[in-house]
Amino acid sequence: MNFVCNFPFISIIITLFSGPLCTILSGKWAKRVNEAVIVIVGILSACVLGYVGGTGEAFVYRMGHFPAPWGNEIRVGVLEAFMGFFFCVIMLLCMVAGAREREEEIEESKQNLYYVMVNLLLCSLLALIYTNDLFTAYVFVEINTISACGLIMIRQNGRTIEAATRYMIMSLLGSGLLLLGLCFLYDLTGHLLMSNIKEQVHILAQTGQYHIPLMVSVGLMSVGLAMKSALYPFHAWLPDAYGYSTLSSAAILSSLVSKGYIFLLIKIFYRVVGFEVLTGSKVANVLFVFGIIGMIMGSLNAMQEDQITRMIAYSSVAQIGYIYMGIGLATQEGMVASIYHVISHGATKSLLFVAASGLTAASAGGTRYRNLAGSGYRNKLAGIAFTVGSLSMVGMPMFSGFISKLFFAQAAVGHAHKMLPTFIALAISTILNAAYFMKMVISIYSPRYGGNEEEDASYAVQDGWNYGEVSHKEMRRNGGKVIFMKDQPVKAAALICFIVLNFILGLNSEPIIRMIQKGLAMFG
Amino acid sequence: MSRKIPEEQYRKTFSYKFTQWLNGMEEVPAHETDCMEQDTAQEKEEVRELLRRREKMNLSKRVYDLEHNKEILIFKKIYFVFSILFCVFLVAMLLTAVSALPEFGNADNPVNNEVAARYIENGLQETGAVNIVTGMILDYRAFDTLGESHVLFIATCTVLILLRNGKKEEEINDRTHEPKNDVILQTVARILVPPIFIFGIYVILAGHLGPGGGFSGGAVIGAGLILHLNAFGFVKTEKFFTAKTYRRISFCALACYSIAKSYSFYTGANHIESVIPLGTPGAILSSGLILLLNICVGTVVAGTMYTFYVMFRKGDY
Repeated sequence: MNFVCNFPFISIIITLFSGPLCTILSGKWAKRVNEAVIVIVGILSACVLGYVGGTGEAFVYRMGHFPAPWGNEIRVGVLEAFMGFFFCVIMLLCMVAGAREREEEIEESKQNLYYVMVNLLLCSLLALIYTNDLFTAYVFVEINTISACGLIMIRQNGRTIEAATRYMIMSLLGSGLLLLGLCFLYDLTGHLLMSNIKEQVHILAQTGQYHIPLMVSVGLMSVGLAMKSALYPFHAWLPDAYGYSTLSSAAILSSLVSKGYIFLLIKIFYRVVGFEVLTGSKVANVLFVFGIIGMIMGSLNAMQEDQITRMIAYSSVAQIGYIYMGIGLATQEGMVASIYHVISHGATKSLLFVAASGLTAASAGGTRYRNLAGSGYRNKLAGIAFTVGSLSMVGMPMFSGFISKLFFAQAAVGHAHKMLPTFIALAISTILNAAYFMKMVISIYSPRYGGNEEEDASYAVQDGWNYGEVSHKEMRRNGGKVIFMKDQPVKAAALICFIVLNFILGLNSEPIIRMIQKGLAMFG
Repeated sequence: MSRKIPEEQYRKTFSYKFTQWLNGMEEVPAHETDCMEQDTAQEKEEVRELLRRREKMNLSKRVYDLEHNKEILIFKKIYFVFSILFCVFLVAMLLTAVSALPEFGNADNPVNNEVAARYIENGLQETGAVNIVTGMILDYRAFDTLGESHVLFIATCTVLILLRNGKKEEEINDRTHEPKNDVILQTVARILVPPIFIFGIYVILAGHLGPGGGFSGGAVIGAGLILHLNAFGFVKTEKFFTAKTYRRISFCALACYSIAKSYSFYTGANHIESVIPLGTPGAILSSGLILLLNICVGTVVAGTMYTFYVMFRKGDY
C-alpha cells in the first residue's frame, strides 16, 4: 500500500488529537495549533486528491487489525479527497478572517475552548466525508452537533444562547431521527458497513421483503439530515444562529457544517440505499418539493430582513433549498449540480459573511440598511467582495453561482415531471435573490445616510449595540470610520482569496465538474 | 424643484415608494429636523432610556399579553391541533414500520449473520478479552469508541463555555453558604467514598474480564467525587481535583487513547504485525491495549461527570 493512503487516517487523528491539546494551551498557542492543523490537513488532503486522481479508483483503509464488516474502515475517492481539501481551505480562510472579531467578542479565558471546538469540528467533518460505516458517521455527527453549538454560544449574549438552544433542539431531533433510521436499517440488513448494507438492500428491494420499514428508514434518515442542514420547514434555528454568532462561527457554520450533512446524505443515497431504490421510493420527490418551497420562502424571508447578517442567513435557507431540489431530481446530473452548489455556496456564503462584517465595521457597528449606506466607499475591498458575492448568489455569468444554476437547469431538462417546476422555481428564486441582494449592494454604494435618530436609537436598544465614540451627528455626516486595506492586511488577504476562489469556480468549472462526476462514479 | 408633478402626488407614485424601499426607509418621514443638533449628551441618554422603557413595554405587551393577542391565540389553537395530528401520524407510521420488522429473537433474522458470529466465536482469541462486549467496542470497533469518548470531552467543553463565569468574587461568596459541618453526611461519606473509588477502579480494571469497563467504572468514580464534594465542600475537594487537574488528566487520557489506537490502526492497515502481546485470557494484564484504553475512558468519564455537576451547581470550579 502506498504511504499516501495513510493520509486520510492521519488527518483525522491529528485533528482529533489537537482538540484536547488546545484545552491545556493558552488562547494564542491554541490559535497557532489550530491554523497549523488546518494547513497540514489541507496539504495531506491535496496529496490524497492527487494520488486518487492518478490511480483512478477509490481505496479502502482498514482502521485496525480486523477487516471491514467486523472492524471499522474508511474509504477515499476523488470526491471525498476534494471535499476534505475544500473544507480545509474554506475553514482556514474563515478562521483567518474572523481572528480580530474573535479576540474582541470572546472572553479571554474561553479563547482556547473555541479552538477545541473548531479542531473537533474539522475532525468530525473529515470523518463524515471519509467514513464507510454508518455508525461511525453517527458518532461523528454527534461531535459535529455539539461543537457547532459551542461555536454559536461562545459569543455570549442572550441571543446566541437562545439560538444555540434552538439549534440544539432541532439538531438533536435530526440526530435522533437519523439514529432511528439507522437502527431500522441495521435490523433489516444486519450490517453497519455501507457496502454490505447496499448489497442487502438490493436483495430486499428485489424480493420486496420488508418494504415498509425500508422506506421508513430511508425517510427517517433523509428527514433527520435535512433537519440538521436546515431544509425549509426546519430552518427556524438558522437565522439567529448565523446572524448573532461571531464572524468565523457564522462563516464556518453556514459554509461547512450544513454541507457536511448534505454530503453524508448524498453518500447514503449512493452507497447505502442505492440509486435504484431511491428513484423507486417517493423520498426524493418529498425532498424536491421542500427544496423548491425553501428556495422561494427563504428568499421571501430574506427580503423582509433589515439586518445584513440575518438577510445572508435567510439566503442560506434558499440556497439549501437549491441543493435539495437537485438531490430531489434523483438523477446523476441533479446530484452533480447539487454537489457543485455545495462547493459554490460554501465559497460564496463565507465570503458574504466576511464582507458583511467588514461593512459593519465601517459603519460603527450598525447592521441595518440605513446604517450601511455608503459603507462600500468606506471599506472598499469589503464593498467589492460583497458585490462579487451578491452577483454570484444572484447567478451572474462569470461567478460561481451562475454555473450551479446552469447545471440545475440542465439537469432538469428532459425530466418528465420535474422540469417545469424546476425552471419556474429557478426563475422566481433568481428574481427574488436579485431583489434583496441588489438592494443591499445599491444601499452600500449610495452616499446618503438615511433614517432618523429616534428610530436608530430604538434599533440600537433592540440590537444591544451602541455607536461607540461616533456621535449621531458625525454618523449622519460620515457614516463611520474609513477602513483601509492596510489596516487589516490578514482580513484583506482572506477576502481577496475568497474573491479569487469565486472567480475560479465561476470561470474554470469544467475540471471540477469532471471531478465530481468521476467521484460520483467511484461511489457506486 | 424640477419635478413635473407636485411633491404630494409624487409621494403616492410607485417610483417614490421603490426609491424609499431601496434606501431602506419605508414609512420614514423624509424631512429631518435639525433641532437635535443642540442636544446635550445627557438629554440623548434620557431619550434612549425612554426608548428602552417603551421598547420593553411594547415587547411585554406584544409577547406576554397572551389573552388579548388574537394572532397568538389562533396560532396556539392551530399549533395544538397540528401537533396532535403530527404526533398521531408519526406514532402510527413508526408502529407500522416496527410491526413489519423481523420478529424479535428469531434465529433467521438478518442480524444473526457472520458479523455477530465472528464476534462471539473468535472474540476471545482475537482480542484476548473475556468480556466480548469490551473486545468489540475497544478492539474491533475502536474507532467508534475513540469518537465516543471525544463526544464526552467536547460536551464538557461546551458546558464550560456555557456556564463558566469570570466573576471570581461572587463565587467565593457563594461558597461560604454551603453547609460545612453536616456530621451525618460527612461520616457516611467518609465511610462510603473510599469503597466507591475502589469499586470504580475495580470495574475499570476488570473491564476486559467481566461485566464493566471504562464507561461504567468512570461513572462510579464520578459519583464518588460528587459525594465527596457535597460532604466536604469545595476547599477540601480542590486539594486534589481542580479544573486544571481535570483538563490535564483528560488531555493525557485522550492523547494516550489517540496515540495507542493510532499505532494499532497504522499497523493494522499496513499489515504490520503488532508487537503488543494479547497475554493469557483471564489474567489482569491481558488483551493487548484494552486495559489501557479502559483506564483512559474511565478517567475521561469520571472527570466529565464531576465537571458537569460542578458547572451546573456553581458555574465554575
